[in-house]
Amino acid sequence: MAKTVLVTTTINGESTEFLCKPRESLLEILRDTLGMTGSKEGCNNGNCGACTVLIDGLPVDSCLVLGVEVEGVEITTIEGIADVGQLDPVQDCFLEGAALQCGICTPGFIVTARALLDKKPDADEQTIRFDLSGNLCRCTGYDKIVRAIQAVQESN
Amino acid sequence: MSSGNGNYRVLGTRPRRHDGAEKVTGSAIYANDVQLPGLLTGFVLRSPHPHARIRSIDTSEAEATEGVFAVISGEDFPEVADKVADLGEGSVNLSHLSGNVMAKEKVLYKGHAVAAVAAVNIHVAEEAASKIKIDYEVLPSVTWVLDAMADDAPLLHENLCTDHMGEKDEKPSNTAVHMHFEKGNVEEGFAAADVIVEREFKTATVHQGYIEPHVSVADWTTSGRLKIWTATQGAFTARQQTAEILQIPISDVVVTPCEIGGGFGGKIAVYVEPVTALLSKKSGRPVRISMTRAGVFEGTGPTPGSFMRVKIGATSDGKLVAGEAWLAYDAGAYPGGMIGPGCMCVFSCYDIEHAVVDGYDVCMNKPHTQAYRAPGATQVAFACEQVVDEIAEQLGICKLEIRQLNAAKEGMRRVDGPVYPRIGLVECLDAVAQSKHWKSPLEGENRGRGIAAGFWFGCGLKSSVSASVNHDGTVNLTEGSPDIGGTRTSIAMQLAEVLGIDTFDVIPQVVDTDSVGYTDVTGGSRVTFATGLAAYEAGLDLQQQMVGRAADLWECSADDISVVEGEFKGPGKSASFKELAQELFKDGEPLVARASVAPDCATNGFAVHIADVEVDPETGKVTILRYTAIQDAGKAIHPSYVEGQMQGGAVQGIGWALNEEYFFNENDTMDNASFLDYRMPTMLDVPMIDTIIVEAANPDHPYGVRGVGEPPIVPPPAAIANAISEATTTRFYELPMSPPKVWKGLSETS
Repeated sequence: MAKTVLVTTTINGESTEFLCKPRESLLEILRDTLGMTGSKEGCNNGNCGACTVLIDGLPVDSCLVLGVEVEGVEITTIEGIADVGQLDPVQDCFLEGAALQCGICTPGFIVTARALLDKKPDADEQTIRFDLSGNLCRCTGYDKIVRAIQAVQESN
Repeated sequence: MSSGNGNYRVLGTRPRRHDGAEKVTGSAIYANDVQLPGLLTGFVLRSPHPHARIRSIDTSEAEATEGVFAVISGEDFPEVADKVADLGEGSVNLSHLSGNVMAKEKVLYKGHAVAAVAAVNIHVAEEAASKIKIDYEVLPSVTWVLDAMADDAPLLHENLCTDHMGEKDEKPSNTAVHMHFEKGNVEEGFAAADVIVEREFKTATVHQGYIEPHVSVADWTTSGRLKIWTATQGAFTARQQTAEILQIPISDVVVTPCEIGGGFGGKIAVYVEPVTALLSKKSGRPVRISMTRAGVFEGTGPTPGSFMRVKIGATSDGKLVAGEAWLAYDAGAYPGGMIGPGCMCVFSCYDIEHAVVDGYDVCMNKPHTQAYRAPGATQVAFACEQVVDEIAEQLGICKLEIRQLNAAKEGMRRVDGPVYPRIGLVECLDAVAQSKHWKSPLEGENRGRGIAAGFWFGCGLKSSVSASVNHDGTVNLTEGSPDIGGTRTSIAMQLAEVLGIDTFDVIPQVVDTDSVGYTDVTGGSRVTFATGLAAYEAGLDLQQQMVGRAADLWECSADDISVVEGEFKGPGKSASFKELAQELFKDGEPLVARASVAPDCATNGFAVHIADVEVDPETGKVTILRYTAIQDAGKAIHPSYVEGQMQGGAVQGIGWALNEEYFFNENDTMDNASFLDYRMPTMLDVPMIDTIIVEAANPDHPYGVRGVGEPPIVPPPAAIANAISEATTTRFYELPMSPPKVWKGLSETS
């Protein structure tokens, strides 16, 4: 039987320890071990982006990262995008612009969009669409999501 | 009822949705987020063969695996009578439903569930499932609808004989049903035509593609009652189906509809609810199953693929005079596909005097088809709208004008019987003519513009709500319609409007089957219409109670009290809603109202879309340059959510048009069961989707609401095919019009 590994990492600014088997994905750890169910499972093989988290500021599909790989990194999940009791401007603009319908893809989009805007605050529409093409949405047709991200840019 | 025009305080505004904060922070509870003590994880084992008899199943090794708490197979399910049950929206044969949940004697498609394991985690469950030994006798299989209709086709059900409008054939067949509809005299009609166009079409199997897979949690361990938390479009139908499959009273089952990650019609039939229930009973623990993505593609209902032949005749002035349609639709593994709506919708946009429609529901070795947003309508629109375009071309008439000339109007009888009341297709076509998109010229090589119309009837069906006034003047609204796209807010807005209070003074809750009266599914474009109607009526009830109580308080007659924008005014007295609520709390009965509705009508939603495309002849890639969706919403309660339905449906239709299909290989199994190769549109594949909301008020709703969810998926493949034809002078009669097919088609015609 595979050895249980102790991993020490930082999640949403807090030092966190967990035990896992080598085969467990970061998504499983977040959801099942740590009870952080904000990151969603849509496909479990890196094709839909519903599980997106930031690792050292970069968006990744957490279903494609193993728990044992996150030793010593800084992870940001949807739960940590904004401070307690606050909404990040991306979250605010998604709500104002009705950029969600069923909401299952929304955490993944918000995390990816936050990282995009931090890196490329003046991204044009084509760049927004290209950089977010790894996040699938089946409900909205993407129009209001793009506009919500542009609204964040306009408010800055 | 009133025609719904006039100035509204709340309707037409764009408030944030009540459940918005939870959804953008990741704290909303979907079925996969439910946490229960001792929860086990289940995994479903699926058939590797498209058609086979199950000779034996040996689960002993799986059961003996450490960490496994229960293993079940079809043998654990009770025998269910071969009878048809009414599920509210449509009916189903219960033994077919049960067989689809878990196979008993035969597997009918690759991916058909055959067994399930509950274990401490998904990895143990999967490993144990691989140890289940099943002896299959492989049988020949068939996956193309015309092959399945052939006399020598492998038969899925030995006792299935074709039902020809009530009369059954004697010889067994894969064709379950033949429907026939007629109006006028087609021979006369075609004889009078100056131009006749007849074409054949094929469409591939496509899936609803919701990002959240099917997920259910079942706890059947204490008290004898089965508790289910599930991703469902209808808690009441999930309860009924589960109870029937397990052969237990429905009152033994309580279903909580969790927040749901998309449905589009695919989360109405149950799949894992009964499986988790039996695993829970056997293991003594609650059990959750979240389907794998491959399981979703291979094991849950896609929409029918089809073969269609459509023929339309017109006189030289552009009047369509005769129509004939021959439609063969996949039912998948069991009878009961979408051929009925296909027959209804094929000519539904046009006033054609003479028409005949024959439709066939055909079984084959594919997953059992389920509703996918206006089920059956997109396929026939792809056919009819191209034939109409070709007629316009042959007569030299503008493609918009031919549609305006023949547009369905109030008083027209559809080929399947119903007569249209007030509808808004003409207004939609006028809006096309007035639109910026239509008026802007499209220039450049390999570019073209296409338009297409579409129709969906939109259900009424049953909804129940209750409303109770809190003494701070807010109102709790309890309803049973799972909120997939913001409906708790659009329903709350209707209650707020009638009471004259603020949207956020209404607190909507979607509750379980123990807590609210029977409510039909969130589907059929019915929720804002029907549950909204119930909320409106509950509001009238509340208002009437408050007027009566105010009359007692103010010692006057109820007739002397009027309510204006939420303000109660009596002789020399007045009070706001909040003030009165506070006052009435001091003495007397709590203010509670209820309403239940079952409107027996359709809301008749029409849509017309405009697509500008550019085709690359070297790669066959079609780029959507510009897209406008126009639709009659009757009355847009929350315009952002109406626009959202239009945009979402349009993009699903774009995917259906340009890339989505199930690739079946020579073994009749699906080669592309993942989001990588079942290629749905990403943000990069589509432009902004412009929307124009037309409001031709629905006479059957106090605010004029029509269902909007389904019509927007109907026109896109047709509009895009018409655009490609303009761009390249080549027509494509098969879906999807994916790059290899477009490239091949263009090379052949050049």
